[in-house]
Amino acid sequence: MNTKVTIAGVEFQNPIMEASGTFGSGMEYSEFVDLNQLGAVVTKGVANVPWPGNPTPRIAEVSSGMLNAIGLQNPGVEVFCERDLKFLEQFVDTKVLVNVCGHSAEEYIEVVDRLSSESRVDMLEINISCPNVKEGGIAFGQDPKAVEEITRLVKAHAKQPIVMKLSPNVTDIKVMAKAAEAGGADAISLINTLTGMKIDVERQSFVLANKTGGMSGPAVHPIAVRMVYECANAVRIPIIGMGGISTWEDAVEMMLAGATAVSVGTANFFNPTATVDILAGVKDYMIRKNIEDINSIIGVVK
Amino acid sequence: MKVKETAKIIESKNLAQGVYSLKIKTTAAKDAIPGQFINIFSKDGSKLLPRPISICEIDKEASTLRVVFRVVGAGTNEFSKLVSGDEVEVMGPLGNGFPLEGEKSIVVGGGIGVPPMLELAKQLPGSVTAVMGYRNDDMFLTEEFTDVAAELIIATDDGSVGVHGTVVDAMNENNLQADVIYACGPKPMLRGAAAYAKEHGIKCYVSMEERMACGVGACLGCVCKSTEVDDHSHVHNKRVCKDGPVFLATEVEL
Ligand SMILES: Cc1cc2nc3c(=O)[nH]c(=O)nc-3n(C[C@H](O)[C@H](O)[C@H](O)COP(=O)(O)OP(=O)(O)OC[C@H]3O[C@@H](n4cnc5c(N)ncnc54)[C@H](O)[C@@H]3O)c2cc1C
Ligand SMILES: Cc1cc2nc3c(=O)[nH]c(=O)nc-3n(C[C@H](O)[C@H](O)[C@H](O)COP(=O)(O)O)c2cc1C
Ligand code: FES
Repeated sequence: MNTKVTIAGVEFQNPIMEASGTFGSGMEYSEFVDLNQLGAVVTKGVANVPWPGNPTPRIAEVSSGMLNAIGLQNPGVEVFCERDLKFLEQFVDTKVLVNVCGHSAEEYIEVVDRLSSESRVDMLEINISCPNVKEGGIAFGQDPKAVEEITRLVKAHAKQPIVMKLSPNVTDIKVMAKAAEAGGADAISLINTLTGMKIDVERQSFVLANKTGGMSGPAVHPIAVRMVYECANAVRIPIIGMGGISTWEDAVEMMLAGATAVSVGTANFFNPTATVDILAGVKDYMIRKNIEDINSIIGVVK
Repeated sequence: MKVKETAKIIESKNLAQGVYSLKIKTTAAKDAIPGQFINIFSKDGSKLLPRPISICEIDKEASTLRVVFRVVGAGTNEFSKLVSGDEVEVMGPLGNGFPLEGEKSIVVGGGIGVPPMLELAKQLPGSVTAVMGYRNDDMFLTEEFTDVAAELIIATDDGSVGVHGTVVDAMNENNLQADVIYACGPKPMLRGAAAYAKEHGIKCYVSMEERMACGVGACLGCVCKSTEVDDHSHVHNKRVCKDGPVFLATEVEL
């Protein structure tokens, strides 16, 4: 049975990753799961300098989902390289995707340049879709010209393959996928969170200090499947699919829709072993369905 | 490896209006210390996030934890209906817990901040004065505190029992002295306890609350403002779930 998948020349032992921002750099969850079992660890967004993020409350629960407005709190690329990448060195079987964020093209490039000499970094995921920061982030992800430009700039600097992470908060995600492809992206990942809002009816005020937050979790899964399907039929580059995956069925569904690999995010919060549970479920499915090679299910539902 | 596990309810009790006590058989009891919390999960699949609840009592031999909580929403309402023999998903112990210091300490609890002080009062090495604040005479855990603390002082908002006013009013009225103050309760109460400690030159630990998602330090959802640069993100944000919930009062903005 083959569970290996390849994206931009990087081979993953299996297609199960965790989603950026839900797993730190793996340190905390390494007490629950063996990171060596995962296809990849995808880190929290990293900027050129430390970012303090948004005021609290940053978290709200909604039906079958959640809103977050973390605002990309992170220690900056220097501490990240010295501490987080060093920690990840021991997990030789798993690949490392570093999620990169910035307020401006210069800031993205500064991070990408700093990471270029780091051998533990297998791929860069460029976050142009965070709904929780005002400049940068999503501003790059909602205009196809900006998507293409930032992709081209980053690609020119990057030593590792780049994955552009797309926002679902757009009219037509295919347009953004094509723009990323035109800019030279090696792959795309989707979806980031959907902008939402929750109001406390007793206090008659916003639950989140930021007023709005990014929605994730099982409730967004059908939207993510639809968007992955649309993009898979619009571009030739591989797709990392995410959005509400919490069971092996969700993961298989995403692959049938056209994803080469999948990321598990919010599910980690209510099931800390979600990633490895899903991997086991996918393997059982392969045995039951006599599937020799996981690649044979990618995008077969047309 | 840490786990989220299915635990069994050993005993459930209604202690006061809307306040419930559960004794839970869980492996989390093994390493638990006072001031830590456990995440309890709803059986309703549409409610994904854990409910963090402080540990009120630890019985390592029986491998049980006791939690005491107030019903404030759907999750705690569901837990209030649990009875002996029921199962519930829990994860823990989480957070850092109280350091056991001081020859003479004051443990201060306000409202639903009372429960975590019980196991602390039991385990503190020196003499303990417990100062507990309630809304009115519908109190809970007072018998237990009478058993484990050298002295129990009660304050009620309506004056029906003990000092008429807050726990800080009660500390002032009794001119309490100690090496260490430990406090858990609403923010204004923590602020008052910290101010009292500062005024009297007493070291003060506070237990903080914030909305959580992961409960293990990964998502950065639950931060509070810290006076010093934090180790994780090198900003001024400490994670309540991992770096806390217990902090030195001087370490955080109250
Ligand atoms: C470290 C810590 C220890 C706690 N210990 C206790 C305790 O011993 N006893 C007790 O009664 N309560 C305690 N709480 C508060 C308790 O977590 C909330 O009352 C509970 O989560 C409410 O859930 P609900 O579904 O009933 O309410 P809802 O309002 O329906 O919950 C909606 C969402 O908001 C979250 N939430 C609501 N209120 C709080 C709050 N005050 N703090 C954090 N998250 C909240 C819930 O977890 C859930 O995700 C503690 C909180 C923290 C952070
Ligand atoms: C708490 C939290 C933090 C996140 N942080 C980031 C981030 O730093 N960078 C990023 O590209 N996406 C971030 N995301 C988005 C997730 O990676 C993912 O795209 C989204 O949550 C959908 O997947 P899910 O439903 O499985 O969580 C975050 C999501 C959550 C819930
Ligand atoms: S709840 Fe995720 S870091 Fe504290």
